[in-house]
Amino acid sequence: MTFVQAMTEPRLAPTLRPASPNGLALLFKGGVNLLATLVFVAVIAQALPHLLAWAVMHGVWQGNGDACRDAGACWVFLRQKGPFILFGIYPETQIWRPIAVVTVLVGLALWTMPRAHWTRITAAAWAGGLLLVLALMAGGVAGLSPVPVSSWGGLPVTLLLTVLSLAFGFPLGLALALARRSSLPLIRCCATGFVELLRGIPVVTLLFAASFLAPLLLPDWIRLENLARALGVFTLVSAAYLCEVLRGGLQGVPRSQWESAQALGLGKRDVLFTVILPQAIRKVLPPLTSTIIVVIKNTSLVMVVGLFDLVSAGRVALNDPAWPMPYAETYLMVGLIYFAICYGVTRYSLHLERTLAEDWQ
Amino acid sequence: MRRQLASRDLLRWWLPQALFALAVAVVGAITMFVAAQNLSVRGIVLDFDFLSSTARFPLSESVLAYSPSSTFARALVAGLGNTVLLALVVSVFSTLLGIPLALARRSSHPLAIGTAGTFIDAVRNTPLVVQLLFWYGVLTVTLPPPGNALQPIPGIFLNDRGLYITSFGITGTALPLFLVAMGGLLVVAVLAWRGRLHQASVVTLAGVIAASVLWLSLGLGIAPDVPHLDRYNFVGGVSLTPEFAAVALGSILYASGFAAEIIRAGIAAVPAGQWDACRAMGLSERQCLRLVIVPQALRVMVPPMTNQFAAILKNSTLALVVGYPDLNSIANTTMNHTGHALECVALVALIYFTLAAMISLGMALLERRSGRWAL
Repeated sequence: MTFVQAMTEPRLAPTLRPASPNGLALLFKGGVNLLATLVFVAVIAQALPHLLAWAVMHGVWQGNGDACRDAGACWVFLRQKGPFILFGIYPETQIWRPIAVVTVLVGLALWTMPRAHWTRITAAAWAGGLLLVLALMAGGVAGLSPVPVSSWGGLPVTLLLTVLSLAFGFPLGLALALARRSSLPLIRCCATGFVELLRGIPVVTLLFAASFLAPLLLPDWIRLENLARALGVFTLVSAAYLCEVLRGGLQGVPRSQWESAQALGLGKRDVLFTVILPQAIRKVLPPLTSTIIVVIKNTSLVMVVGLFDLVSAGRVALNDPAWPMPYAETYLMVGLIYFAICYGVTRYSLHLERTLAEDWQ
Repeated sequence: MRRQLASRDLLRWWLPQALFALAVAVVGAITMFVAAQNLSVRGIVLDFDFLSSTARFPLSESVLAYSPSSTFARALVAGLGNTVLLALVVSVFSTLLGIPLALARRSSHPLAIGTAGTFIDAVRNTPLVVQLLFWYGVLTVTLPPPGNALQPIPGIFLNDRGLYITSFGITGTALPLFLVAMGGLLVVAVLAWRGRLHQASVVTLAGVIAASVLWLSLGLGIAPDVPHLDRYNFVGGVSLTPEFAAVALGSILYASGFAAEIIRAGIAAVPAGQWDACRAMGLSERQCLRLVIVPQALRVMVPPMTNQFAAILKNSTLALVVGYPDLNSIANTTMNHTGHALECVALVALIYFTLAAMISLGMALLERRSGRWAL
């Protein structure tokens, strides 16, 4: 039995991974990184002077369209057309109303962020706030002059479509998710078919379908505004997307949670809303965030049915022949507004994920 | 919630479903009644006969043959061709671009991490419509007219009428070469499908050598077709219209941000312990990557990639905003010309739904196969 080892092997020290350098040292560590740094420096050295020349040195800050011809960035265009891009063709004397609408919506969103504010009062404030916002936009009450929906435009339309389609879409999506998990085959199949149909068809096609089919499928006495039709489509689409996310979350909550909550004597509705749903939502916070961002970005599609949101207002502003089409500046501004909203939502969701995870421990 | 053993009694099983069926039937009947009434008032007859009548509208471009004297059916097929071309181009190139982006974001180089991260965040957090309009502006407003076209790389010309790329033709009798190439591709495809990527790469190498030998022995040559300025615009080579270039470029950049995040998550999903375990088995770093890490990462990536390809297909409808004639916009034109909105919507919805289902099915097949993949 000579091949059986009798002695214990000497204990070796664990191999240490080399301490990874950080910060500036990484820029020059190793051939690849050094090469990458050189490439970056070369590209920046090439591009930066051009960019600065365009944006600052040759940028036009005041004047009119002629001053912008053969010049750099036409920032004055944004100053001149800014109100139009942000608020569309809303009557100029009433421009304070869309400004108030945006303020109220953004204020409510910011107010809702800390978890201490997640109360019934906040929910009521949202409901009241939405009614107030709609009244402000439409007018016809409290001495406000009426403004037809066709004159609404820009940022308030984008925000309203987002908030309303999420507010209506979430309960509908939850109902669809529960229906897809129902034990009744007929209800399950109908919900599945409905959701898969909505998810399989492009939103642009749905928007066209709604604008062509609504007059055909609805009785004559129901006349939907273009905006209402788009809102209907967005609500159904966000419900379908949210349904899939919530369904994933509901699947992830173990059955024992139902059973133990029911054993405690809670009714079905209490079990769902106080035990299951909070856990389900916590589990699917990242995909929920991406879905909300998809909904926000989708509102830009209303352009194809002639609605006047932020993007189409920007596009129309560019058609003014008095200006040399400063498209880069315009879409930069529109893009930055969307970016601020979407990126804000992402960061907030990450923060929420972290604090909720801390609570859990 | 779904009970394992549903009690199929009258009250809890049959009644709710019967009520639901009744409600659906009532709503459906009312809608059909209203629709029938509205249709008769407007004098519209539901039929698909319009598909065989002459379309009479031109398309700015089409990969399939089409002229204004073609039928509406032909126009829709041309649109489908454009949509499929766009979706394929965007799917392939966005995935290819996503790989270096994901690797850059996972690298140790601060500038690479920062640049890739900023790019990914920027394209993911702004609507595709805005990006498409921006790129269309770059291609039509900022680029010079054909007279002083840009030439960023020799043989590629950029002007406000489109993108012109030098194409290459083969001179001489190339049929044997063509047959060898086709046969080789077939063998490689079969081997890859069987999961034998190693043999496939050997066959590829052998094929390239055989093709080179054939090339020399047949005395073949290459004739470049360089685009050159004619009276008004460039002719020759391969050309892309600004519409296609804008929608393809914008969609590729947009989708690459999403692809990069999927790839990054896929690599991150393989536990670090897999590397350690693999090294402990005595495999080299390259073998670990090929045999252990990549196959597992691919498996994680397949479901989100399925959604990604479906999203690319659906986003191709935005070609409309820059005027590229895809299926959706041609259907829209057809509705306006014929008034057959219901039929067009049904047809187009069915086509997109079928395409999306085909993507799901294809990716499901791929997923089943992916267990056998080892690079």
